[in-house]
Amino acid sequence: MDLTYTEEEEAFRARLRAWLAAVLPTLPPKPGPEDWPGRRAYDSTWQRMLHDAGYAGLHWPEDAGGRGATPTQHLIFLEETERAGAPYVGAHFVGLLHAGPTIAAEGTPAQRRRWLPPILRGDDVWCQGFSEPEAGSDLAALRTRAVLDGDTYVVTGSKTWTSHAEVADWCELLVRTDPRAPRHRGITWLAMPMSADGIKVRPLRTLAGSREFAEVFLDEVRVPVANRVGEENDGWRVTMVTLSFERGTAFAGEVIACQRTLREIAAMARRNGSWDEQALRRRIGRLAAEFSVLWRLIQWNVSAARGRTGVPGAGGSVFKLRYSQARQELYDTAAAVLGADALDAAQEWTADRLSSLSYTIAAGTSQIQKNIVAERILGLPKGP
Amino acid sequence: MRFQLTDEQRALRRGVRDLLSGRFDRDRMRACLRDAAVDRRLWRELGAAGVFGLRLDGMGLAEAALVFEEAGRALLPGPLVATHLAAGAVDGAAEGETVVAGCDGTLVDHQADADAVLWLDEGGARVLDPAQLVTVALRSVDPMTPLNRVTARTAEGRAVPDAARLRQEAVLLTAAQQCGSAGRTLESAVEYAGLRRQFGRAIGTFQAVKHLCADMLVRVEMARTAVYAAAVTGDPVETAAAKLLADEAAVRNSRDCLQIFGGMGFTWEADVHLHMKRAWLLSTRFAREGEIQDALARSLSAPGIW
Repeated sequence: MDLTYTEEEEAFRARLRAWLAAVLPTLPPKPGPEDWPGRRAYDSTWQRMLHDAGYAGLHWPEDAGGRGATPTQHLIFLEETERAGAPYVGAHFVGLLHAGPTIAAEGTPAQRRRWLPPILRGDDVWCQGFSEPEAGSDLAALRTRAVLDGDTYVVTGSKTWTSHAEVADWCELLVRTDPRAPRHRGITWLAMPMSADGIKVRPLRTLAGSREFAEVFLDEVRVPVANRVGEENDGWRVTMVTLSFERGTAFAGEVIACQRTLREIAAMARRNGSWDEQALRRRIGRLAAEFSVLWRLIQWNVSAARGRTGVPGAGGSVFKLRYSQARQELYDTAAAVLGADALDAAQEWTADRLSSLSYTIAAGTSQIQKNIVAERILGLPKGP
Repeated sequence: MRFQLTDEQRALRRGVRDLLSGRFDRDRMRACLRDAAVDRRLWRELGAAGVFGLRLDGMGLAEAALVFEEAGRALLPGPLVATHLAAGAVDGAAEGETVVAGCDGTLVDHQADADAVLWLDEGGARVLDPAQLVTVALRSVDPMTPLNRVTARTAEGRAVPDAARLRQEAVLLTAAQQCGSAGRTLESAVEYAGLRRQFGRAIGTFQAVKHLCADMLVRVEMARTAVYAAAVTGDPVETAAAKLLADEAAVRNSRDCLQIFGGMGFTWEADVHLHMKRAWLLSTRFAREGEIQDALARSLSAPGIW
């Protein structure tokens, strides 16, 4: 067991740090949370800067346009960009963390050439058309139909919880191509251009008041067969490659951010006197242990992934279960420190407290994660 | 960075597990319930295997943590941590010829069987003769660990250097034992949930049972990661965090395991109560929840820990 970094890794860190210090001051001002075109432009500017400096798709394989970096270098990248206060992936989340890795793993050479470079340059924004009103935790129940008409699929149905739908160029879409097959075997993965006719986007308001996701209605949308990744009816397997990515290192930067927030909460508690409350102080102490160990768990998982394809396995579910809970407890503790001030929705920690409520739901609810852990890691029998 | 067990560390863990399943099987473990005196022959066998002296032979804290994790898993009784820490400072400790009991200033375990006592508290580390502690016997909740409450010390004993380091290692190795116990109760719970049938199916098919098991696994993974990281870095803050999470994992996993065993879990025959009682005991030793949380909170704004 070794937690030290090699000279080469430290040199990588030093170069990255110097670059971040040079370029971050040149970023334009951050747009408001409701300014979606502005947010897209800002996120794309940052992604373009990463690309031009050679940091885009750092850990992607070189034949997918990536830099072939080791998982450890990728982790250093996530750590340093967060520490430097660099922007998040933002609107490029789906492209860089779901659709891109799926195309890299399952796409044809032509599909990789077509879709991956614009993702890495920050030119194309992708959104995700997986969940449906009747298919949430039970994703395989999805009913959006695609019927083959010559060299085109004709797609009809509706998707929901689609982040960035308003500004996306492409949608990674799951459709049912064989309604008679067993439900996991009749699903196909398509890349749908959001400019196609028959797409209607209706933004949804979150409990935090923001428009972070949308419903997407599809009425006889025509998608060329050439846009299919993987075989027809093999979309479930193709998708599982994508979903496991989400639970790997996706939250590494956020753990660093939570540690910083916790120090700020402790400093605030000392200023406003709530530090004198033993119970509150001990909640803060307990969270210090949580986040420090969650960071070590990421290092453990990253080390375990080395030598494999880089696709994190069910170990990501263990991390996500504990992390989502700790993050909610972080902002509940912040509220306890703030007292009446926490009722001011303009408070950053109050806004974060509201958004943190999605963490035990999005990308697989905690209850579903526990089923995954119990069945796939512990080997307990499947339920009725 | 490669935060995974090396092949040598895996082999060490396997070796210790094999050794303990051979020399300390379930019958021998249950025999300790009738007679809790330290088994001198077993103690020498443990000494010969390197349990107490491995760090004098060039191995590190990470290897010691792996050994103590296995000890916790097997419910191995006796003053293991104190004897291990006394190796090099007390003659015969490394070889298992000497039994060194541990005392945190409040409680001493196995006083009656011990040849020496390692006293470890904020004031320092010292070696005493067991007769130099005036104590009152408790009826120990852990039937394998005789406990005495210390009322007075009749001598200063011999001071041992590096007290802060010893205390930190005591915290870490105790956490490693808790980690092993938490892993063992998880295994028992999963095994039982797959065998026990009610309503015509294995109870492990029910989500209520599955989710208890999943929670147990999350606690084990967190505790183990914390213990290994603290063992590798030797960092006092990480060591405190490891004890906090390992105590919680051992105590709560034993409770969830007991719950999954149902009525059987409430009997003397099932082993789960032994894990629970040992977990209760170890969670009070060397560093406990409240003081750890206070220290961790302080560490956010000031360097150091205690």
